[in-house]
Amino acid sequence: MGGTVSADHDGTNLLEVRGLTKIFGTLTACDHIDLNIAKGEIHALLGENGAGKSTLVKMLFGSLEPNAGEIFWNGQPVRITSPGAAKKLGIGMVFQHFSLFEALTAAENIALSLDDGSPISSIAAKARALSYSYGLPLDPESLVGDLSVGERQRIEIIRCLLQTPQLIILDEPTSVLTPQEADKLFETLERLRAEGKSILYISHRLEEVKRICDRATVLRHGKLVGHCNPREETAASLARMMVGNEVQAVVRAPVEGIETAAPLLEIRGLSRKPATPFSIPLKNISLNVRAGEVIGIAGVAGNGQGEFFESVSGEVQQQDAASVRIRGKDAGGLTITGRRLLGAAFVPEERLGHGAAPRMKLSENLLLSRHATDGKAFVGAGGMVKGAAVYAASQRIIEVMDVRKSAPDPEAAALSGGNLQKFIVGRELDRRPSVMVVNQPTWGVDAGAAAHIRQALIELSRSGSAVLVISQDLDELFEISDAIAVMHNGELSKPMPIAEATFEKVGLLMGGAEPGHAEHTMETA
Amino acid sequence: MMRLELVKRPQRSALFSMLSPFIAFALTIIAGAIMFGLLGVNPLNAFRIYFIEPVSQVWQLHELAIKAAPLILIAVGLSVCYKANIWNIGAEGQFIFGAIFGSIIPVLFPQFDGPLVLPLMLLLGMVGGAAYAAIPALLKTRFSTNEILTSLMLVYVAQLFLDWLVRGPWRDPQGHGFPQTIQFSDAATLPQLMPDAGRANWGFVFALVAAVLVWILMGRMLKGFEVRVLGSSPRAGRFAGFGLNRMVFFAFLLSGALAGLAGISEVSGAIGQLQPVISPGYGFTAIIVAFLGRLNPLGIIAAGLVLALTYLGGEAVQSALGISDKVARVFQGMLLFFVLGCDTLIHYRIRVIGLALTKKEGAGKLEAAPKLKEAR
Amino acid sequence: MDITVNILLTIATAATPLLIAAIGELVVERSGVLNLGVEGMMIMGAVAGFGAGYLTGSPWIGLLAAIAMGALFSLLFAVMTLSLATNQVATGLSLTLLGLGLSGMMGTSFVGQPGERLPNLYIPVLTDIPVVGKLLFGQDPIFYISIALTAAVTWFLFRTRTGLTLRSIGDSHTSAHALGIKVIRYRYLAVIFGGACAGLAGGHLSLVYTPQWVENMSAGRGWIALALVVFASWRPWRVLAGAYIFGAVWIGQLHAQAFGIPVPSQMLSSLPYLATVVVLVLISRNKRLTMMNTPASLGQPFVPDR
Repeated sequence: MGGTVSADHDGTNLLEVRGLTKIFGTLTACDHIDLNIAKGEIHALLGENGAGKSTLVKMLFGSLEPNAGEIFWNGQPVRITSPGAAKKLGIGMVFQHFSLFEALTAAENIALSLDDGSPISSIAAKARALSYSYGLPLDPESLVGDLSVGERQRIEIIRCLLQTPQLIILDEPTSVLTPQEADKLFETLERLRAEGKSILYISHRLEEVKRICDRATVLRHGKLVGHCNPREETAASLARMMVGNEVQAVVRAPVEGIETAAPLLEIRGLSRKPATPFSIPLKNISLNVRAGEVIGIAGVAGNGQGEFFESVSGEVQQQDAASVRIRGKDAGGLTITGRRLLGAAFVPEERLGHGAAPRMKLSENLLLSRHATDGKAFVGAGGMVKGAAVYAASQRIIEVMDVRKSAPDPEAAALSGGNLQKFIVGRELDRRPSVMVVNQPTWGVDAGAAAHIRQALIELSRSGSAVLVISQDLDELFEISDAIAVMHNGELSKPMPIAEATFEKVGLLMGGAEPGHAEHTMETA
Repeated sequence: MMRLELVKRPQRSALFSMLSPFIAFALTIIAGAIMFGLLGVNPLNAFRIYFIEPVSQVWQLHELAIKAAPLILIAVGLSVCYKANIWNIGAEGQFIFGAIFGSIIPVLFPQFDGPLVLPLMLLLGMVGGAAYAAIPALLKTRFSTNEILTSLMLVYVAQLFLDWLVRGPWRDPQGHGFPQTIQFSDAATLPQLMPDAGRANWGFVFALVAAVLVWILMGRMLKGFEVRVLGSSPRAGRFAGFGLNRMVFFAFLLSGALAGLAGISEVSGAIGQLQPVISPGYGFTAIIVAFLGRLNPLGIIAAGLVLALTYLGGEAVQSALGISDKVARVFQGMLLFFVLGCDTLIHYRIRVIGLALTKKEGAGKLEAAPKLKEAR
Repeated sequence: MDITVNILLTIATAATPLLIAAIGELVVERSGVLNLGVEGMMIMGAVAGFGAGYLTGSPWIGLLAAIAMGALFSLLFAVMTLSLATNQVATGLSLTLLGLGLSGMMGTSFVGQPGERLPNLYIPVLTDIPVVGKLLFGQDPIFYISIALTAAVTWFLFRTRTGLTLRSIGDSHTSAHALGIKVIRYRYLAVIFGGACAGLAGGHLSLVYTPQWVENMSAGRGWIALALVVFASWRPWRVLAGAYIFGAVWIGQLHAQAFGIPVPSQMLSSLPYLATVVVLVLISRNKRLTMMNTPASLGQPFVPDR
């Protein structure tokens, strides 16, 4: 491991951090972190989900107050007490979960983070000029709620650049971009570096870190692992530094004779009008998922995946009963309960507040999705809940999925993201569903739990179930899918067999390229 | 200048969950003492008259039960609504409509007699309350109209409707022009529990039974689980397959029916006829009862008795000390305020921070934040 | 002609308290806070206004007392919901309940006493112009304040940087916090402004509309003001339009009662409340409009993590 602090890049450090610590209750999110960023470098901050990257960055940007430690800016000790103070120093931030206002225009959004009193019209003009000069075209008058995720990120970047910062912090910027959009972003970053600006680049994607970053600082469980030059490391060695030990690779046995297997989930010409002013309509989506296979749906966030999941799960029902068929039966008119009773299971994207009720115990959260399918086991005469049976079943799932927790039956919100996700996936696997639809199975989940979940999904398919996985994580989809389809602006491409799929082809479709994919598609229908 | 800062607890505090109503009550007493002091009354004397004297004899306990019964009945229903995050604040109107519906038999069919009269009246009372509560439920589910405002507006309408009834078509022709209906017959009167000891009637028993039943519903049954899920995270509820619209109707109809039952019980038991005003604001006070009882039906029984005492105490200080009986409303309002404030302690620790050196905020400036007190 | 002018004048008098209270609440809701205590703040303003006017003999001091009392009372709500993150709906309700009780107690000795009335504007020549003179230059001072307030709030919300910041907080307090905007401080100021407006509206009731103290004299106007904000989809000039429509309904039913129209007076009296329900239904039927305009963080508690 590159555990030594490397010498200063060249010249002085723009930012030096020594022993920075943040404690939330009993959890030490950042434990004596050191970090040096030189002028004119792209510095990677690497770490798994939950390693403390976001906490560290929030302290640098003044949104969180450190419990201990020092920050030096151009060699001078500073206390960054608020985002305003950070901006005054010359620190700009592009947030992962955008800090934009949907009901306001792009120009108004930009104006809000600029402290000078210049009128909005002049800000709009400046933003437009700057956006074109960096090749990030932007219409300042458009309402943010109407924009795509990529366009929103542009606003964030332009907003940050207008403050002429010396240090720009980007938090997982490519997680919402297509590979091609990410390339474009890298060009912008390299240009900024050439202008002498420093960039702190937060990511868990090793390839891109190796590609554009000069140095890297690695965190694990809130502690500093070390500093290194990512170009001298392999992806595997970086991964080891991040995770601490080898993560078991997911094993995916090839499937054969899938063409003859019965389609357990059929989607035929599914369309949906936008439910809210800012949501995406679904346009004539068709897809078959057969027994024994995993189909992946790739796409940039906000292209209709959420709407698609709601429609397939039955949280929103369809006019046309045949537009969703489960195990050969029309299910479009059924509720989510009806579809579960046909043998389907669903895992939504949001864990807290959608897949689980945060302030309820795990046993109660088991009942959430299984009160009807396991009605006899869990609910007795007169609608009385059989508490003991529910508790026993939840303990069984906790054991099978290796859910780590601090109390026998804790509230869902008390679990880490990875452990809660293992419970939610395990809750559905426990039923042995014949159709499983999962949206973002490992979003924000640590590597160990992610591998566990992915392997479980593959095994479910190999035991004869149909598995549909919606994900923004291309690495994940290439790891577990037998075929990948792409969702763009409410439309779904034909699935591409994994043997023919490449990042480039999928990336082009994610960016909305005309589906010139006919020659690659397998005839499934 | 000082600032409060909330620090989220990792788990909800079981201790404060239990203590919070008591802390709130203690704070109310302190604030009340200050208030009595300002009014020029010896607080100790006032408290004796307010809280002790009204319950020092058996017949007075019966009066307490009479006041507590409607509060508990209504609050138990409201607790289901509020747990479901549905804001029925029109229980006063549902109470009135329960009373009106239930009075149809004794007022319009006074010759109808027998053991069936009373059960029918109670049933009609529940139907009336539920029907009136169905209006905001319907408007919310059909047109997503805000139920807070509609249910509240309907209270005024109900009060005016009752006023019209007892001054107009339902007025007792032999009543010397007084705005009231005829006296209910014995068959239409809710019997007293222990006539020798005091006036308390079966309404109090209804309240206790309702509280226990709802307690079982909320804690042990799937329907109660549905209420809690939809109230705390509606999206998870939809994922569970629970329908929000159905829940709106369930919560409104249940709370409306209980408020209606309270209404007809009050008229048939304590009053004996319809008058222009049949409630000293029970429907609103019950909101306080529901929160003071932590939205737990068993807690609501205790809270209902406490709030009933504030009514009796208000009357007592008015006659003994010449203070307006509005003092009861003030006590009730303060109590609710303190309960809500103390509930914060269940989920958060509170830090009080002095703002001494934060005048200039900027890069490199120190923000000294001396910690004064931390409530754990 | 005179009758028409008089009716218009009474409509304006009935609409003014609704307008002022609703404009205040609009600012509060634009910042993302739902204060259901308007009725309570209004009645406290009314009793303080009457009391101060009665005791000092100056309706102007009464007016200031009403404003101060509304602001002070709203501070209670602000501390609870903003600093202690209590449920806004429940806290607003308790503010109303407490206000109704406190005002009743404070006003015991005022019942039946003659109060001071704010004088109407009189500008020689201008006020004497037939028809329009009285309408434009002969009303009570609070009427002019209410119109100016509507214009000022429009300008503030949509033309100033601070107004933009306030709206942004209402749209997403987490985003605003991430940008370093002092969410809680803005909301405190908004809530207190709303309280001052509600107090002023209450002062109008007891110093202009009916210069006397009657228990519960706000008679649900605070709730109607809340409904007006929804009806106006959070736009100041639409609040003004709504307030005058309601003023007309209010006055219309009173005139109908006076003329002895053969309909029970109770039914006429319930018209403003029924009209509120109808109007709310009509406006909320258009889900898209409501969704586009509702401040997205309305009613959500906000606890910044530090």
